[in-house]
Amino acid sequence: MIKRFFSLFFVILLLFVLLPLVTDIKPLTELGITSQKYARDGAKELGAANLVTSVVVTYRGLDTLGEVTVLFITTAGIGFLLRKRSTGKNKKRKASEILKSGTSFLLPLIVLFGVYIFTHGHLTPGGGFQGGVVIASAIVLLLLSDINLHTDHNILNWLESLSGAFYILLGILGLILAGGFLDNRFLPLGEFGKIFSAGAIPIIYSLIGLKVGAELVGILSKLGREE
Amino acid sequence: MILAIIIVLGVLMLVAAFLALYLKDLLSAIIAAGAISLMASVIYIILAAPDVAMTEAAIGSGLTTIVFLYALHLVKKEQGEKK
Amino acid sequence: MTIITILGFLLIIIGLWGMLTRKHLFRIILGFSIIDTGIHLIMVSLGYIKGRTAPIFDSDLSTVDAVHNIVDPIPSALVLTAIVIGLAVTALMLVYVVQMKRQKGSLDISDYEELKW
Repeated sequence: MIKRFFSLFFVILLLFVLLPLVTDIKPLTELGITSQKYARDGAKELGAANLVTSVVVTYRGLDTLGEVTVLFITTAGIGFLLRKRSTGKNKKRKASEILKSGTSFLLPLIVLFGVYIFTHGHLTPGGGFQGGVVIASAIVLLLLSDINLHTDHNILNWLESLSGAFYILLGILGLILAGGFLDNRFLPLGEFGKIFSAGAIPIIYSLIGLKVGAELVGILSKLGREE
Repeated sequence: MILAIIIVLGVLMLVAAFLALYLKDLLSAIIAAGAISLMASVIYIILAAPDVAMTEAAIGSGLTTIVFLYALHLVKKEQGEKK
Repeated sequence: MTIITILGFLLIIIGLWGMLTRKHLFRIILGFSIIDTGIHLIMVSLGYIKGRTAPIFDSDLSTVDAVHNIVDPIPSALVLTAIVIGLAVTALMLVYVVQMKRQKGSLDISDYEELKW
């Protein structure tokens, strides 16, 4: 009883401490100084039509590198905690007929949609993270419909490691051949609005999408195979 | 009009948050948490942020629910669950 | 908008209350996920400017006068990474709870008392 009173008191205290967040904010009427620079020069300098993509991949590229590192560490932690404990005996329950035929019809469409999202990341809303997650959910559908599927963890490991290594390599190429680390101007900028424009942004984002998709498929197949 | 949509979605989100914490059945609580992410994704579209809306819909109401359901299956044994 | 900031703030309060008072380990993790959603709502709603549109240059939005026509792109970029990290940390916490259940057999947090004074 007294514990519940203390939690209520703590939550009300937090409410009072954070109240200036709500009463003192004035809605923005003008962009901040940094955002004004990105809005003025973003399209000309980098050639990408999607301003959020150019912020994520080049202007704030180091934060994206940190996020990819955090994902890698969490995947390694999950793989460590879920070591294989039993032999792979076959499960007895088969999937229903609707699930199997629906999966064989929908799976190529979902994978195609995912690849479309991350290759057009610099032209329309989307990009590497969204495309990788869509592809991972397609593989989960495949896992649900065929319960004795054996995902090859070797291929997933190699795919993820090579994508990460090439991402760093492209960043270093930007350091040598253009302005700085993860600068995308070492490939020609091309015409605004076409798919082969914006220098190295499509290549970098596709590599990020492959890496995120491979990691998520690894986590989900390990969780689904445990018993 | 937009304000009415935001108020309805906001009230639904708060009700779903209470349901996620206080329903007895864990399966329904997990689905309520997925519904919160879905409504947040609609609010992101109203706030003119389409990339964030796409990511929140795919991850919040897709993959997070799947990971919770896998973990629930791994934990369920013959004895009943406590509160 | 201000009302969405208030909504995110209320979600944080509800999530924190749930984490402090519920005893089942799964409900604590659900409360953490609700706090995450609330924080992201606050961050994106602080970057909104009334009457402007999304920062994507196409046939509707020209690059010439973009400074007066788009909302702030920086909070969107930051929240994009934060959502993916939230999923990874939630998955790691759930796997940890599964291992705790296997070691001790209980999902009630009042049974784990080794760190109490």
